[in-house]
Order: sequence, then C-alpha cells, then structure tokens
Amino acid sequence: MQRLLVFLTAISLIPLLCNSFSPENPTDRRLLVLLDDFSLKSTHSIFFQSLKSRGFDLDFKLADDPKLSLQRYGQYLYDGLILFSPTTESFGGSLNLGAVLDFVDSGHDLILAADASPSDLIRNVATEFGVDFDEDSSAVVIDHTNYAVSETEGDHTLIASDNFIQSDVILGKTKIEAPVLFKGVAHSLNAANSLVLNVLSASPSAYSSNPIFKSSRPPSLTGSAISLVSVVQARNNARILISGSLDLFSNRLFSSVVQKAGSSHKYKKSGNKQYVTELSKWVFHERGHLKAVNIRHHKIGETDEPAVYRIKDDLDFSVEIYEWSGKSWEPYVANDIQVQFYMMSPYVLKTLITDQKGLYYTSFKVPDIYGVFQFKVEYQKLGYTTLSLSKQIPVRPFKHNEYERFITTAFPYYGASFTTMAGFFIFSFIFLYNKSQ
Amino acid sequence: MVGKPQPEPVNGSAKSGPSQSHLAPSSSTLKPDLLSNFSLKSLKLKTKQQELLIRIAILCLVYILAFITRLFSVLRYESMIHEFDPYFNYRTTLFLTQKGFYEFWNWFDSESWYPLGRIIGGTLYPGLMVTAALIYWSLRFLRFAVHIREVCVLTAPFFASNTTLVAYFFGKEIWDSGAGLVAAALIAICPGYISRSVAGSYDNEGVAIFALLLTFYLFVKAVNTGSLAWALASAFGYFYMVSAWGGYVFIINLIPLYVLVLLVTGRYSMRLYVAYNCMYVLGMLLAMQIRFVGFQHVQSGEHMAAMGVFFLIQVFYFLDWVKHLLSDAKLFQAFLRITVTSAIGVGGIALGLGMASGYISPWTGRFYSLLDPTYAKDHIPIIASVSEHQPTAWSSFMFDFHILLFLFPAGLYFCFKRLSDATIFIVMYGLTSMYFAGVMVRLILVATPAVCLISAIAVSATIKNLTQVVRSNNKVPQAGSSKGTGSSKGSSKVSIDQSQPFQRNGAIALLLGAFYLLSKYATHCTWVTSEAYSSPSIVLAARGAHGNRVIFDDYREAYFWLRQNTPPDAKVMSWWDYGYQITAMGNRTVIVDNNTWNNTHIATVGHAMSSYEDEAYDIMRSLDVDYVLVVFGGVTGYSSDDINKFLWMVRIGGGVFPVIKEPDYLVNGEYRVDKGAAPKMLNCLMYKLSYYRFGELTTEYGKPPGYDRARGVEIGNKDIKLEYLEEAFTTSNWIVRIYKVKPPKNRW
Repeated sequence: MQRLLVFLTAISLIPLLCNSFSPENPTDRRLLVLLDDFSLKSTHSIFFQSLKSRGFDLDFKLADDPKLSLQRYGQYLYDGLILFSPTTESFGGSLNLGAVLDFVDSGHDLILAADASPSDLIRNVATEFGVDFDEDSSAVVIDHTNYAVSETEGDHTLIASDNFIQSDVILGKTKIEAPVLFKGVAHSLNAANSLVLNVLSASPSAYSSNPIFKSSRPPSLTGSAISLVSVVQARNNARILISGSLDLFSNRLFSSVVQKAGSSHKYKKSGNKQYVTELSKWVFHERGHLKAVNIRHHKIGETDEPAVYRIKDDLDFSVEIYEWSGKSWEPYVANDIQVQFYMMSPYVLKTLITDQKGLYYTSFKVPDIYGVFQFKVEYQKLGYTTLSLSKQIPVRPFKHNEYERFITTAFPYYGASFTTMAGFFIFSFIFLYNKSQ
Repeated sequence: MVGKPQPEPVNGSAKSGPSQSHLAPSSSTLKPDLLSNFSLKSLKLKTKQQELLIRIAILCLVYILAFITRLFSVLRYESMIHEFDPYFNYRTTLFLTQKGFYEFWNWFDSESWYPLGRIIGGTLYPGLMVTAALIYWSLRFLRFAVHIREVCVLTAPFFASNTTLVAYFFGKEIWDSGAGLVAAALIAICPGYISRSVAGSYDNEGVAIFALLLTFYLFVKAVNTGSLAWALASAFGYFYMVSAWGGYVFIINLIPLYVLVLLVTGRYSMRLYVAYNCMYVLGMLLAMQIRFVGFQHVQSGEHMAAMGVFFLIQVFYFLDWVKHLLSDAKLFQAFLRITVTSAIGVGGIALGLGMASGYISPWTGRFYSLLDPTYAKDHIPIIASVSEHQPTAWSSFMFDFHILLFLFPAGLYFCFKRLSDATIFIVMYGLTSMYFAGVMVRLILVATPAVCLISAIAVSATIKNLTQVVRSNNKVPQAGSSKGTGSSKGSSKVSIDQSQPFQRNGAIALLLGAFYLLSKYATHCTWVTSEAYSSPSIVLAARGAHGNRVIFDDYREAYFWLRQNTPPDAKVMSWWDYGYQITAMGNRTVIVDNNTWNNTHIATVGHAMSSYEDEAYDIMRSLDVDYVLVVFGGVTGYSSDDINKFLWMVRIGGGVFPVIKEPDYLVNGEYRVDKGAAPKMLNCLMYKLSYYRFGELTTEYGKPPGYDRARGVEIGNKDIKLEYLEEAFTTSNWIVRIYKVKPPKNRW
C-alpha cells in the first residue's frame, strides 16, 4: 500500500517535473533555497511566502547538507537557486563553486545574498559574476546623510536608499514610493564585465568601513562606486541577483517604518517588500522575457523563402516577437527593433514596423554587393532578454542573361556593327558579280 | 606494368631511323639524288604502305605508352584526385555534370571566401571542366556507366596521349616525320610534362599543354601554307587554350614576337599576313567569350603586344602596296620614313593615353615577376609564397629533362642550319620558354614540348646521318681513323667524300651510344614518374623502419571528420592551401582558398594566425569562424606543414596589417621554434594550435617529449593553454588538427 502511494505520488509529480523551465514556459518552477540555518525560514517568511504564492516550489536545505545536488542523471533538478547562506565556507554534497557556475551557464537563475563578512566561497561566486565584495571582511556600508532614522542604532549602517535603476522591466510598472532599507556589505562592479548592472546604488556620501573601529586608512569603497544590489543577465539569458544584504529580504525590514535622515516624511512601510518581489519576478523570468519566432523573408510578391537572393532584389522581412507575461505569451510592442542586412558590416539597417500583434516587418532592396549576408536582429534592451537572431542568406550577382539586353548608350555600336555587316555583304556582292571593269 | 614502358621509346626512336630511310626517297626532302638509287636496291620489299604501317604502329605504341606510364599513382594508391587545385576542378566538374552548363556558367559559390563568396563561373577557365564533362556525357551516351571521378582522374593522361600526336605532326611540320616520331616518343615520357599530367592530377595544365602545342602547330601550319583554314583552326585552338589555362598569355605574346622577328628579318610574306591576322582577330573575338578573360583581351597590358603587331603588320601590308604602286625608289624611301615615324608616333601616343586614362590596365604582378624574377619577392609575397613560383634549381632541369638538356643545344644547331619560318618559330618558342622555365619552376612544363621537339630534331637528324653513313659504307668499305666527336660533322661530309677511315665503325659506335642514351632516358623517366611524380600528396607515403611502405591518410580522415561532425553551415578557417580540399572533401565553408583573388582576406587570416590568441579571437569572431584547421608535421616529420609556411603568413599578413612585423617572430634573423624562439612566436595562435598538448608526447625514442621531428628540435613552449579555442579533432598521426572556436563567455 505504501509503495503504491509512493508510486502514485511519483507519477503525479512527473507532469510537474516536465513543467519546468523550457523555451515555451520560461518562468522558473522549482527553486532550491540554501540556508545557513533554518531559522531564516521564519525570519524571511514573507519573501518565501510571496514566492510560494506565485507558484514556485521551494526546497529548503542547509548549505552544508551532505546530500546536496543540483542535478541527477544529467538533468537539473531545479530551475533556480537562492543562496541565503552568507557564511558558508563550503557547500555540502556535490555542490561547489563550479557546480553553481555550470548551473547558471546552462541557463538557470540565481539569487545570492551576502551579509557582513561574507565567506570566501560567497565572495568567489560573486566574483565570477563581476561583483567584488569589499575586501575588508568587517566593513559594512555606512552613510551619514542617507541613513534611516531609528531609535536604537546610531552607527548609520541601516541605509535608506531610493537610487533605483530606472527600468520598468526590472522593477515593475508601479513606482516604489518608500526608500529601501539596506544593511550589509558593499560591493563594486568589475569594469571588465559588461553585463552586470547596478540596481540599487549607494548615495555619494556612503562609504564602506568598519563601524566600530575607526580606521586610519581611507575606506576602499566610497560614494557612487558602491553598489548595494546588482543584477546580471548572462548571454544565455540566465539572470542573477546579488545583494550585499541578507536583511534586505527579511520580515523585519519588510515591515519597518522608514524615515530618511534629513526628511520629515515618515513612510509606514519600507519599499523592501515591493522592491524585492519585483526583482525576484524579473530574476525568475516572470517579466522581461522575449522570444522571436517565425523569421521569414521572401521577395516582394512571392511567399516562398528563396535559397539565394540576387543583388537589387526587393524583399520582405518579418519576425514575430512575443513577451512572456508570467502566464502566457503576449505580443511585444516596441518601435526600436532593427534588422541589419549584414556582411562584415551592416549594409542595410532598418527599423521594423509592428502591427501591435507581435509581427514586425519591413521591406528593403538588397544592396548592389554580392556575398554571404545575414539577416541580423540584435535587440538588447535594458531588462529584457537579449534577442540575437541571424539567418544566413547568399546574395548572388546577375546571371549572364539577366543584364539589360540593349542599352541606349550603345546604339552607336549596334549601328556600326549592322552597317559593317551590310556593307560587307554589298561589297562581297559587288566584288563577286561585278566583273565588267 | 613497369617493364613494358621501358623498351618502348627505344623501340620508337630506333625504328624511326630506318623508317626514315624509306621515307627519304619518297618524300624527297633530303638529297634525293644520292639516296634514291641506293635505298631502292637495298630494300626490295619497300612500299609506301609498309612505311605508313610502321609509322602508325609506332604512333599507336607511343600513344598507349603515354597513357599507361601515367597510371603509377592509380596502381599504387587508388583512383583519386591529387593535390590542391584539382579538388576545386573536380568540385566544379561535378557541379557542371549535375546542374548543367547554365548553372555552372553563373555559379555563385557561397561556400568559399566567406563571407565574400566567389563568382566561380566568372573566375575560372572552364575548358578543363567542360572537356571532362563532355567526355563523361559521351561515355554515358555510349552506355558506359563511369563515375565522373574516373573521368577526371584519367583526363590528364588522355590528353597527354593526344599531345604526342600533336607533337608528331608538329615535328613533321618543322623538320620531317622522323623528327615527329622521335618528338612524340620523347614527349610521351618526359618528366617535365608527366609532373603535371599523371592520372589524378586533374589540373588545367593537363589539357592546356595539348591546347598550347596544338595552337602552335596549327599556326605554324598556317604560316607555312598561308591557308585561311589552318589559321582559323589555330584560332580555335587558341580559343580552347584560353578556355583552359591562364598560360594562354604566353601564346598571345610569343606569336606576335615571332611575327615581329619575321618582319624584322625580312621574311614578311602574304602567308604570314593571312595567318596572323586571321588568327589574331578571330582568336581575340573567341577569347573574349570566356568570362574570366572578357575585355582584358583588348585592355590589359599583357595583350597589347599582339595588338601592336597586328597594327604593324597592316602598316607593312600598306607599305608593300605603296611600293608596288610607286616605281620611284627614292620617293618610296621618303614615304617609308614618314609612314614609319607617324605609325610609331601614333602607336606610342595611343598606348600612353590608354595607360594614363586607365583604359589599358598595367601589367599584373605575375607578369612582372616573370620578366623580373626578384619582383614578386619584394612586392607580392602571396605569389612568392607558392613553392611552384620559385626560381628553378639547375638540378630540377636535369631531373625533368635528363638528356634533352644536352640535346636541346644540338637541336638548336640543326634548326639554325636549316632556317625556315617553322624552325624560327620552334627556336623562339624554345628559347623564351627556357627562360621562363628558369624563372618559375612550374613553367618547365611550358618549355617541355619545345625542348622535346628541338631535341627530337637533334636525335632524328643525327641518327639519320649516322645510318646513312652505315648504309653508304656498305658499298665502299674503307679503313682509317675516325674521331667519335661530331656525328653531324661526319654525316655532312658523307655526301661529299667518303674517304674517312673507320667511318662505319665510328658511326655504329655512335649509334649504339645514342641508343644507350635514349634507353637511359627512358629508364630515368620511368623512375622519376614512379618515384617523384606519382604521389597524390593528399595521401602521404613514407618508408618504415623495415623498408615497408607506411601510408598517412590523415588529410582525408580530417576532412571526413569535418563532413560528419560539424554543422553544415560551419565555417572553417585554415591557411589558403587547404581551402579547396576542405570545400571539396569536407563540404564546409572556408574563409580563404587556393584561388588567391583577395589578398586582404588572406592577410586577415594570416593576421589571425600570427596574433595572440585573444586578438585572433576577435578576428575569428568577426569572420564567424567556427573551426580552425592547422596542418602539423611534428609527429611524422612531414615538412610542408603550417609551421614551416608560417613566415609567409606573417609576411602576407604584415603586408596589409602593419602591426604584424616579421622580426618579432625571428631571433637574429633566424626562424626557430625551440626554447630560443622569439616570445611572440612561442605564443602566437599558429604555434599554440600546432603544438597544443605536443609537449606531453614522445615522438622519437631517446629524445625528450615534445621533440619536433619535422624541424628536429625540442619545442620551446610545452605548456600551452587555450582560452578561446578547444581541441576538436586530431588525426591519428597528428598531421591535421582541428579546433573549435568557443562561443563568447557567458557571464562577461
């Protein structure tokens, strides 16, 4: 009986398993949450609850659980990973730095939260995504002008920041009114990494230092170089969120009253909940995921796609672009999508026209150059997944009988040829038959 | 198989002697009065038919010999296409037979020169492909189910056989039928010609030498007869030559030069006028039908000589006519002076204007490098980098011509002794082509027919004279001393006085000597064909430790791998030498290939190969390269690999991208790959790709790991890490190594 039950549960789980991340349904389903200890489950329950209510399966494990594994039989068991274990020196089981990177490189998402004095492992993970936590392990972010007013804390380490990134895609359409409370370690972005984005930055007056011992050395990170929360969208569209503060996600900061220093306005609730929820929606591909299908091109007046174009052909190009709304694919509407007709450099660059239903189209004339061209749509817009389409198509020159047969400018030559022929004929005739002289 | 060809040429040349004496009285070319009564008596069975029969039999044997001596490679390896260019020809022929002429003529190939593409129909000489396709179609029509590859493999030997026939007729035209027979026999096995016409060497030259000799023969025939029909035939021969090979430029310059010499030496005649005008005008019109030539024929500098001579001969004709009309010699002199001055003036002004306005294009680099052998080395590394464009070493003359090298001057002597329009032609052909053969190795091929013909004259004339001595002394046996020196000298005196002592014995000794030399020639030719020229070079053979034959089939292994394991639209970057083979056998797109039409594109590849890996990665990304293929001989000791070609990549790359500097890769002007090598050399892409993981390998007993057998040194950088590429495939003997270009980093 028990076996049957297990079997039945397993059977019923199969469709669930199959319903995981796929091009058709990009939203993540199964998340692995790694914690330093299980008390976080209750202190951060609002965040976890919001994820569960949006349909995610959360699997809580201790970071040093010896049975940890991201994949089995070559298949990933999870679509996303939440690392709420800032002090873990090494993961349990088969999980390690390389496994986390492979997980991301195969298109899965990651949320990583550090706290004051993050472990080397967490630092190394972050470094791989272009985020460098402050070297000084005891340093935290301090801001004497933009701190949150509170009764107990006087060291100004609880920052109230409203330096959000300006992006509706990442942070949702609803404006976040209240400042976000942040308490944790500073990080800087590696300039060599072009993919990492700062989504919550510190004010110019912030610096990173040990709040207890006043160091004689100047702080290594100051002002706008400090990033509080960053995101990365990798080239394979895997999304990573890195926060310097684990408290950012905590129930305490979610529900605390905020009064920014120097301002009399008192918000009843901090912006944390809205901010974190919207960010997690973006990270787990509930928003900002585009897909392009049905790239079509053909000569004007035809419907079939040719294997090769001729120079100076007129052609139609169309592509359908949809955006994932979290539940279904909706038409994506924008006026800045361009197509290139590309051979080492773009010969044609045209903005696509949309019919508001997802179809983008344009028509143009093939340039007077032969070679192997590509239709290229390179669409990189902040917050959206990158669309990088290319379709190869050769362009041939005229065939020998496709040129104009008679050219007006050459009429003197035609005339010359034909008069010579006629003249020769007459001459031959006279030469042959005029014997009298 | 090996034994059979050897006696043939000896037989052929030996028989040509006696047969000559039959011929002599009937054709009455030489001293008929002396010979007629003696040969009538000595040979009672003599008939014209008998002589004809022998001649035809010899020609047939030579025809077959020329074919079978070229089959070594097929017997030893298999029926396959050789080397590099033939693979392109094979691919295009295949296309022609599958898609038809219209598609072929307008073929735009998107698989080579990515992303530029190549208009194949307009940038090749279609003669070879059309010829092979016609043979194929006619065989199919006759219900012979052959594969097109077999036709391609055997096209060159077939045309070599045909060349022997042309050589016979040509020899007959310029000297006599005896010389023709000897010429046919000599050219059938001459290594200089065999090098480009063995079975499998499916290249333009295989057909073009036939066309070249045919054109020359028909033109000489036209000059000798003054017949419009022969001139027309020669124009068509020229058309075939133009359609087959870029070497037609040689014809269109040699013939005007010949005409000019005849004009200057006062041998102008109506025959010449008819032959040249008809040949030039019709030949030009026909040649312009070949897309690759087109208007070049009237616009480019290489063709201007022919046009100039064409106008000059009109002036000559006009002057002749005026002279005919004017009876006053003084008046004519004055007229002549004015006409010549104004003609030269007008011609010079026209040429200058044409050059200045760009209507007449200047000479191409290849043409310059023929006239000035050092030109290419200084200015066009891409021409100088080809091994067959190197100046010829004297030993390769000996290798390719053997005794012909000594017979050639003797033949020239005979030609000068009996100067005619025809012999002047062959002398000029011989001398100019010998010069060009000295400039470029591959042009030995062009000189071969001339050398064979002139040598044949020497052999034929000598043996004929000697046999005359032998025969005439039958009647008057005499005693005395004879020097074994000048056979011609002896024979020339035969008719005058027959008092020289031991003449008969001396003549017999000389005849034997001649036969000995000729048989040596046959042995040498067979040996050279078997050892040197029958290697397909796509399959390498070496002798193992026990003398057994070891076959390295790495090229085909690699191309097969490419065909089976890479996506169909993958782009492969390699040095241009392997481009044709990759497209033909691997069926993948290449960046550059052996049709070196775009120097910049080749330089880009050279730039990538000689840069550091990260710089090279950017170049490869911009060209959408998916795989990189290098050829490496360090394990097998195969010396024509990419490391040995690398300096040319640096030079060609540096010619367009000055960041690449040759001294960066050299140490004190020395090219090395061991520990003392230049740091840039040790870390450039080509070095890394060639020697990746080579440091772990022990190639030879008693040598440290990483010992390069091709260069005989231990390599300098054994710890090679690749960041942007990964090894995809290495063949069993490491000759071909293929690397995959990694996609850009995911998180950076």
